[in-house]
Amino acid sequence: MTAALKVVAPGLHTTVQDLGRYGHQAFGVPVSGTLDAASHRLANRIVGNDENAPTLEILFHGPTLELIADSVRVGIAGGDAEIELMGDRPRSLGGWRSVMLRRNQIFRVSRLGDAACCYLAVEGGFAVERCLGSASTYARGGFGGLDGRALRAGDALPLASEQATERAELGLAEPPQSSREWPIRIVLGPQQDYFTEAALKSLVRDEFVVSKQSDRMGMRLDGPTLAHRDGYNIVSDGIATGAIQVPGSGQPILLLADHQTTGGYPKIATVISADIPVVGRRKPGDPIRFIAVEVAEAERLCREAEADFQALVANLAPLRPTGELDASRLFEANLISGVVFDEL
Amino acid sequence: MAVKFLPSADSAVIVEFGDRIDRAVSDQVLGLAARMRASEIAGVIEVVPTFRSLMVHYDPLRTSAKELVGAIERVSTSETAPDRKRRLWRVPVCYERDFAPDLESVAQETKLTPDEVIALHTGTRYHVYMIGFVPGFPYMGDLAEALVLPRRADPRVRVPPGSVAIATTLTAIYPLESPGGWHLIGTTPIRLFDVHASQPALFAPGDAVEFEPIDAVTFATIQTATERRAYRPASTELSA
Repeated sequence: MTAALKVVAPGLHTTVQDLGRYGHQAFGVPVSGTLDAASHRLANRIVGNDENAPTLEILFHGPTLELIADSVRVGIAGGDAEIELMGDRPRSLGGWRSVMLRRNQIFRVSRLGDAACCYLAVEGGFAVERCLGSASTYARGGFGGLDGRALRAGDALPLASEQATERAELGLAEPPQSSREWPIRIVLGPQQDYFTEAALKSLVRDEFVVSKQSDRMGMRLDGPTLAHRDGYNIVSDGIATGAIQVPGSGQPILLLADHQTTGGYPKIATVISADIPVVGRRKPGDPIRFIAVEVAEAERLCREAEADFQALVANLAPLRPTGELDASRLFEANLISGVVFDEL
Repeated sequence: MAVKFLPSADSAVIVEFGDRIDRAVSDQVLGLAARMRASEIAGVIEVVPTFRSLMVHYDPLRTSAKELVGAIERVSTSETAPDRKRRLWRVPVCYERDFAPDLESVAQETKLTPDEVIALHTGTRYHVYMIGFVPGFPYMGDLAEALVLPRRADPRVRVPPGSVAIATTLTAIYPLESPGGWHLIGTTPIRLFDVHASQPALFAPGDAVEFEPIDAVTFATIQTATERRAYRPASTELSA
């Protein structure tokens, strides 16, 4: 049998994603890819993969998986998510780190805490076919990832590698600071002139809340309605990830990874690229406050966010084993003597 | 109207040529798209043509909006315009009652007979302005004036794939099942979007499309061949 992770329970919405499907937007194909690229990239770095290797994007509630292979190294990054080994006495192996698992071990991803999403990478990557250059799942279009859909119980996710390599586990000593309260930086436009002065003021003054009516396509924002100056239909134009479009209701929609490539509602502002992962991990009920910046500042903040990410990667350090006692390996490594063992 | 450069934060620049659906504006958009694709400007990820603007997606770690606008200006005024390869597609459409749920209501609203609606719809060569909404969805125009109607007051939750539709000055084909508010006046058995094909969308922005009426028997034959990937609609290359 081919090496795989068998899906015991799929979680709420677990999909294969990478950094996105580029080059086909002119044909109406959305970019898709991860909601929180920073955590996805880190999960890959934790297991020594290329940053674009496909990971599992886990939304709100994690899956339970069984390893059908000799061994695999998995990495988890995002929120408070930890790998939990199932069995008579389930126990946590920690988060923001890699863990080695053995054949037929069953594990699950625990509660995500204050993040909407987290990422599970496997050393060597998942062996899913690339579709238009990307492994990302676009569920609405029914393509990419595993059969173009979210995981279901009974699925077998093929692994590229049969066995984990021999090396120390990597992880962060401290999880990154929660970004739940961070303000979200935006650049006004491209159609800010379609809105009243009051709407533009309200956008950067008032608090919005992520609505329950949110998915990978977009996040509806509850809060003040944003009034149009005259009319809310524009001749369709292009959409960038992070665009905040405002339909006739005046309730803004922040467009995320699976957004349409074009649209006919005016966009009052666009979230800067540095803050796309930050907004991607917000959950329904979370607050959002916007701060307007200029394009040049957004570009500087993008470089700064990239430097911060590289610093995080540089902080990945070898970790002590996860506490799983493996007497034969300890003997081989000459770490315990028979005498000590007797005393135990 | 002067060309406008509008930022979409630090990830895209919109080059806006106008604010309406217009062939002259579309030609400017598609002309710049061809020049941009031929010139491979550093940091540009992809360009997306729409009715009135070209969206240029870029990597802010590799270029800046300022540099990009300069490069776009240089590209748009350069002497050599690349060849724009365009195709004319002949698309078979069945307009029979079972394939055209809104043909009667469109005839009533436009004060035409269903046959007159079909004759007007098949009597025009359409321009593919852009592809958007869902993968492979072509926005085509312009409709004969007598067929121009607002969208349906009551949009459908599910429009079947292959539905040929009209609304405002435009006509379109739904490539996959999706919600939709346009009037459905026929169905085509051809596949507009196939993710496993080397070029997944059949039409490209700038192509031309003509509709040809077929009966239900022909529809079934073409549909079977399409499912076996043994049918491709007729097309010819047009000179720019």
